[in-house]
Amino acid sequence: MTPDLMRAGADARRAAAERAAAAAGRSGGRQASWSRVATGELDLAHGTILYLDDITVSFDGFKALDRLTLAIGAGELRCIIGPNGAGKTTMMDVITGKTRPDAGRAFFGSTIDLLRLRENEIAEAGIGRKFQKPTVFEHLTVFENLELALKSERSVRASLFFRLAPEQLDRIGETLALIHLKEQAQKKAGLLSHGQKQWLEIGMLLIQDPRLLLLDEPVAGMTDEETERTAELFLSLEGSHSLVVVEHDMKFIQALTHGRSRKVTVLHEGRVLAEGPLAEVQGNEQVVEVYLGR
Amino acid sequence: MSAVLPLPAGAPRGPFLGGMRGRVGVTVALAVVAVVVPVANLLVPAGSVFHLSDYAVQLVGKIMCYAICALAMDLIWGYTGILSLGHGVFFALGGYAMGMYLMRQIGADGQYRLPMPDFMVFLNWKEFPWHWALSDSFVAQMALVVLAPGLLAFVFGYFAFRSRIKGVYFSIITQAMTYATMLLFFRNETGFGGNNGFTDFKRILGVPIATPTMRMLLFVVTGCTLIAFFLLARAIVESKLGRILMAIRDAESRVMFTGYDPLRYKLAIWTLSAVMCGIAGALYVPQVGIINPSEMTPAASIEIAIWTAVGGRATLVGPIVGAFFVNGAKSWFTQALPEAWLYVLGAMFIAVTLFLPQGIVGLVRGSDGVLARLLRATRREAGSAR
Repeated sequence: MTPDLMRAGADARRAAAERAAAAAGRSGGRQASWSRVATGELDLAHGTILYLDDITVSFDGFKALDRLTLAIGAGELRCIIGPNGAGKTTMMDVITGKTRPDAGRAFFGSTIDLLRLRENEIAEAGIGRKFQKPTVFEHLTVFENLELALKSERSVRASLFFRLAPEQLDRIGETLALIHLKEQAQKKAGLLSHGQKQWLEIGMLLIQDPRLLLLDEPVAGMTDEETERTAELFLSLEGSHSLVVVEHDMKFIQALTHGRSRKVTVLHEGRVLAEGPLAEVQGNEQVVEVYLGR
Repeated sequence: MSAVLPLPAGAPRGPFLGGMRGRVGVTVALAVVAVVVPVANLLVPAGSVFHLSDYAVQLVGKIMCYAICALAMDLIWGYTGILSLGHGVFFALGGYAMGMYLMRQIGADGQYRLPMPDFMVFLNWKEFPWHWALSDSFVAQMALVVLAPGLLAFVFGYFAFRSRIKGVYFSIITQAMTYATMLLFFRNETGFGGNNGFTDFKRILGVPIATPTMRMLLFVVTGCTLIAFFLLARAIVESKLGRILMAIRDAESRVMFTGYDPLRYKLAIWTLSAVMCGIAGALYVPQVGIINPSEMTPAASIEIAIWTAVGGRATLVGPIVGAFFVNGAKSWFTQALPEAWLYVLGAMFIAVTLFLPQGIVGLVRGSDGVLARLLRATRREAGSAR
C-alpha cells in the first residue's frame, strides 16, 4: 500500500464521517432518537410510577421479600395488606433506600434506578415516606417541622442563610389548614396527640411535593373521625399523586377503595398472594386462609 | 393566604444580635473583658478592693478557653445529639500548633543555649523534623491551629458518619482516637517533646510572654474569641441549619427521608466544633505556659462533656456557665480538699443527670425550670395559709 492510497482512504473516511455528522444534525441525532428524559427527572411516559422486579431481601436466611414483583400506576391509589411479617415494611425500606435488596430491580418512573440512590436522594427525586410510628421533630414547633420539610435547597450553606419567602409561608399556611393543625402551629410537635403527630407527618410529606407517597399504617392511633378525614384527604390526592397505603384497618381500606375499582394487593411471605378489587381479594380462598379468615 | 397563619414565625428572625437583651448582654460581656478586667488588674493598685490579682486573671483566662470547648461540645452534643468523648484531642492539637511556634520563639535562650528546642538537643537531633519546617512562622502555625484539628475531624468524621456510626459507639471511638493520639504524642520520636511536651516559653511575636501587659492582651483576645464564638453559635442555632441539627438529634431517619443528607450537616458542625476547640487550645497554651499529652487523656475529654451537661445542654449560655462553675469549684476544691475533688465532680455529674436534665441554666430559665416551680409552690402555700 502506498502513502498516496493511505491518504486517499483517510480522506474518504473523514468525508464520510462529516456527512454522517451533518445528517445527524438535521434529524436531531442519535440523542434525540432515544427520546431520553434528562437524568433525575421522573418519566411517566409508560404510565408506571413504581416498578419492583424480582426483589429479594433476606435477613440471615429468612426471606423477608421473595422475588417480589409489583407495579404501581401513575396517579394510582394502591392499598397493600398482609399479615405481620409479610414484608410490607421491608418493601418500603427497599423503595426508600433504607434496605438494599440481594437481587432484583426497582425503578421510579422508567428511568430512575432506585437501587443506585441514597435515602435523601430518593426523597429528593419525589418519594415521600410516612413511618409506621409517627416520626416528627419533637423539639421543634409544628411550623418549624413543616418549614424543614418544605421544598428548598438542601445544602448546608443554603440552610445557614435560609429566609422563608412569602409564597413559602403561604404554602405552610395552606398545609397547616389541610392537616387541621393551624391552632397548634407554634406548639412543640412532641406535645401533639398521637393522631395529630400522624397528621403532621402526612403534612410534612405533602409539603415536599412528592410524586409517590408511601404510607405505612397512616391511621394507627387515630380516632374514627380522624380516620375518616384521612381517607378523604388521600382520595383527594389520588390522580395528582400516586399513593401506596399499607394498613391493617379494613374499615379504612374499604373507605379508600369504595366505589371505584381500586386494586388491593395482598402480600404474604414476601410475595404477592393476590391482587384485585377488595371484594375479589376477600373472596380469594388462599387469602382467607392466611389472613382474613384466621 | 398569609392571614391563615396566626404568627409568621418564619419571617425574618430576631433583630441584629438577638434583640435588646442580647445586645446589652454582649456589650456588657465585651466591656468586662476588654475594659473592666484590664483596668482592675493593671491600673488599680494592688492594695485596693477593686484590684484583680494576676492569679485571678490567669484562672479566668484559662476557664474562658475551657468555655469555648464547652460551647463547641454543645453544638455537637447538645444540639446535634452526637456525644464526643474525644474533643480534648482537638484542643491539644491547637495547643501543640501554638506550642511549636512558642518553642521556636525561645531561640537560643533554652537550657542548652542552642537555637533548637531543648528536647531536640537532648535527643541529639541535628536538624528539625519535617513537620517543624514552618514552625518559625506565626502565620503558618496559626493556620495549623485551624487546619490540624479541622483536618483530623473532617477525615475521622467523614468515615464515622458515612458508616453511620452513632450513639455510644461513636463516643467510644472518639475516646479511642484521643487515646491513640495521646500515645503517639508520648513518644519522643514523634517530635513533640514526649511526655514533657512544650514549656518554658519566653516570647510571642518577639515580645516577652510573662509580662502583665502580654498576659492581659492574651486574656482580652481569649475573651473576645469566646464572645465571637458565642455569637457564631447563636447565629447557627437560630438559622434553619440549627433546626436541621436539632432535627437530626430527634429523628435522623425523618431528616433523611425529607431529602437532607445528614452526613453533610454532621460533618460541617463536627468540623466547626473541632476547630473551635483547636483555637481554644492555642489560646490556652501561652496563658498556662505548658502543653503536654495529658490534655489528650480520655478523662480530659470527658470533663468537657461534664461542663456542658452541668451548665445546660442545648442552651448557649449553659456551657459557658458550666465551664466556669465546674472549673471554679475545681480550683477551690483542689486547694481546700484535694482528695475530694474527683468525688465531687462525679457527684455533680450524677446530680445533674438525675435532677437537672437542663443543667444549671434550666434551673433558672423557663416556666418549667426548678426555680419557677419552687416560686409557684411557695406562692401557692402562701395563698393557702391566708
